[in-house]
Amino acid sequence: MTVAVNPSQTGEPVFYLADEHPHPEGWSTSLGFWIYLMSDCLIFAILFATFGVLGGNYAAGPAPKDLFDLDLVAVNTSMLLLSSITYGFAMLTMQQNKVAQTQVWLAITGLFGLAFIGIELTEFAHMIHEGATPQRSAFLSAFFTLVGTHGLHVSCGLIWLVTLMVQVGKFGLIEANRRRLMCLSMFWHFLDVVWIGVFTFVYLLGVLR
Amino acid sequence: MSPDLLKLIFGRLGFESLPLHEPIVVGTFVVVALGGAALLGGLTYFRLWGYLWREWFTTVDHKRIGIMYMILGIVMLLRGFADALMMRGQQMLAFGGSEGYLNAHHYDQVFTAHGVIMIFFVAMPLVTGLMNYVVPLQIGARDVSFPFLNNFSFWMTVGGAVLVMASLFIGEFARTGWLAYPPLSNIGYSPDVGVDYYIWALQVAGVGTTLSGINLICTIVKLRCPGMTMMKMPVFTWTSLCTNVLIVASFPVLTVVLALLSLDRYVGTNFFTNDFGGSPMMYVNLIWIWGHPEVYILVLPAFGIFSEVTSTFSGKRLFGYTSMVYATVVITILSYLVWLHHFFTMGSGASVNSFFGITTMIISIPTGAKMFNWLFTMYRGRIRYELPMMWTIAFMLTFVIGGMTGVLLAVPPADFVLHNSLFLIAHFHNVIIGGVVFGAFAGISYWFPKAFGFRLDPFWGKLSFWFWVTGFYLAFMPLYVLGLMGVTRRLRVFDDPSLQIWFIIAAIGAGLVLLGIMCMLMQFAVSFLRREQLKDVTGDPWDARTLEWATSSPPPDYNFAFTPVVHDNDAWWDMKRRGYQRPLTGFKPIHMPSSTGTGIILAGLATAMGFGLIWYMWWLAALSFIAMLAVGIGHTFNYHRDFDIPAEDVIRTEDARTKLLAGAK
Repeated sequence: MTVAVNPSQTGEPVFYLADEHPHPEGWSTSLGFWIYLMSDCLIFAILFATFGVLGGNYAAGPAPKDLFDLDLVAVNTSMLLLSSITYGFAMLTMQQNKVAQTQVWLAITGLFGLAFIGIELTEFAHMIHEGATPQRSAFLSAFFTLVGTHGLHVSCGLIWLVTLMVQVGKFGLIEANRRRLMCLSMFWHFLDVVWIGVFTFVYLLGVLR
Repeated sequence: MSPDLLKLIFGRLGFESLPLHEPIVVGTFVVVALGGAALLGGLTYFRLWGYLWREWFTTVDHKRIGIMYMILGIVMLLRGFADALMMRGQQMLAFGGSEGYLNAHHYDQVFTAHGVIMIFFVAMPLVTGLMNYVVPLQIGARDVSFPFLNNFSFWMTVGGAVLVMASLFIGEFARTGWLAYPPLSNIGYSPDVGVDYYIWALQVAGVGTTLSGINLICTIVKLRCPGMTMMKMPVFTWTSLCTNVLIVASFPVLTVVLALLSLDRYVGTNFFTNDFGGSPMMYVNLIWIWGHPEVYILVLPAFGIFSEVTSTFSGKRLFGYTSMVYATVVITILSYLVWLHHFFTMGSGASVNSFFGITTMIISIPTGAKMFNWLFTMYRGRIRYELPMMWTIAFMLTFVIGGMTGVLLAVPPADFVLHNSLFLIAHFHNVIIGGVVFGAFAGISYWFPKAFGFRLDPFWGKLSFWFWVTGFYLAFMPLYVLGLMGVTRRLRVFDDPSLQIWFIIAAIGAGLVLLGIMCMLMQFAVSFLRREQLKDVTGDPWDARTLEWATSSPPPDYNFAFTPVVHDNDAWWDMKRRGYQRPLTGFKPIHMPSSTGTGIILAGLATAMGFGLIWYMWWLAALSFIAMLAVGIGHTFNYHRDFDIPAEDVIRTEDARTKLLAGAK
């Protein structure tokens, strides 16, 4: 905001704004949401660190090599990455003010996200069925918690996505809804970035270990 | 009813959970119940519920939320201090074969609750309350960035406090010490509800703290009035900014570490267990990665308060503003590089210990710089020894002692001797009471007239001051001596009779602090009764320097009728010096956020969820969680969260102030 704070023409200093305009609604929202994301990032950082410390403690139980099916994880990763692309398309159509198309892209994003969660749950169920439960070893505790926390975030994102679709349907692409879509966009891409970390450090390096 | 059905409804809660066999707790309960009934009856009799709900509970006004935080902090101080008195009494008596009056089960809860309450529900609310009240005023803003979130954060903090208080009468609290180290806090060694109360109280309150941190950072970054560049911000605002950065960058760590502990306890994972590859020491590392920044979260705002007070009551610009800001930022960064000094004895080896010992000692450099800045501000100033200034000087003397014993503890070989001894207890009480508590009291007496429109009574204030300061020294200096003699913390009974005299002195000190607290409560009461004599009509009772003194006391809902424009570090001083004329015409409607009950409802549901999880009442936990989701999502369907204060109302308020000011002249 640029406001003349120098002495006015009369030479008298200006000590207050006689004619002010309130900050537009949502003036702090992007910054606030970004800071929230960084605090969330710290949650993942600690979970990664925990996995880093405990990830090799198999307690004579199964190791990553025995458990991870990289093909399945690759499919899963592509689901999430594709959902990020389609979210990007939703944002592009939002910019062009096309409500119906935005909704379609949001729905596709949601389906990809749902597929991701579905595959992850299948993987978990399979592992637990084989006796690789979170209680079996510190490695598995750390694994389930890190990957599960990410999955929980995606699930929250899905609830949020549906809420926003209802709100866009009801009120259109008004300023407030655009801002909300923007926040969810940041959240969704952030989860993507975290997943890249999970994929690399947990799955790829785990299989190499 | 069948036992299975009972278990389904009440989880592990039963009549045997009520501590009826503990006469002290029963007595406390009777007193609290009578007091609570009297309070609730009074509120109902005077028909105050509607007023409280409309004007306070649902308010999004940062000033009222700030005041509510302060009330929470002071109420919890009474609880936390009662625990302190019980410990001092126990340790004074338990000599020569005497078991004292507290059994181990009760005593262990008392010292745990004392630490948890004092840090999370006394120091944090006092600090957050002051920041909430003062920061928006100091930067010339009308409210915080996210007013609804502010209300929600406050009620989450209250929710945590409610859970801690509930543990006194329903079940028990943790018996683990205030950081609940595993394996002791794991389900095998603490199968009762105590640790679960601890976990959920901190988780519920922690959400509030993190969100209020985000809120205040945004407020300071985005809502400063025109002309207020970063290097023109008041020092209190600077320290608040750094504190809130620390909050956002450290509380998530606490959230995770407590979540992992709950997984260990509820699901049976192996993060901090002794077997299956778990590592209890990882808990200690993680919790101190939060815990060390936490002490700076508490003390930085106190440094800010002392800066404002010193320059105001010395009638001088703060000496070394720039170095003060940089010192604050350096402390902020360094506070992340020292956590291991809390457990040098873990056995990480000489190199690791040396690194953390040296970083710890380095922190004393920026802190020392601050101390000299305050001294140089006072140097050749016209010092007025009002109450805030007295607290500041008491702080400077006390904190230096605490700082020096801290540097002593930072030397790893010395720490091997003093680790977990009463020397450590004396050290951190020395810095927390001398720094944070004295700072909060300086802040309360400094900003009280701003918040309520009348000053605090100086007589009772000074009495309270002297009781507190002498009481503090009597209570904690003996602990240094005992620590050097090798007495460890958290002991309940003693064998060596030669130690008793020191504990008696410490107990006398605690008694003096009790008098100090009572005088303080008396001070509030007397000031309220004498409010007409102590009235401040100018809005600037101390001849102060920063923007919060430019508006009336108490400030109107909208803080400033016109947004101020700033040219100088000490903006209000600059305005006074250059003959600023308060505008009398041209008022316009002012856009403000509306009140909402969503915050208190959500926090209530979160507290209920915590209670359900503590007692294994899964239906209650699930139901509250679903209700929280529903209320939270429902709230996002409300797009109209603001209203305009009509120009007539602004004119009426401002005209009233004009009359007051004219009467004062």
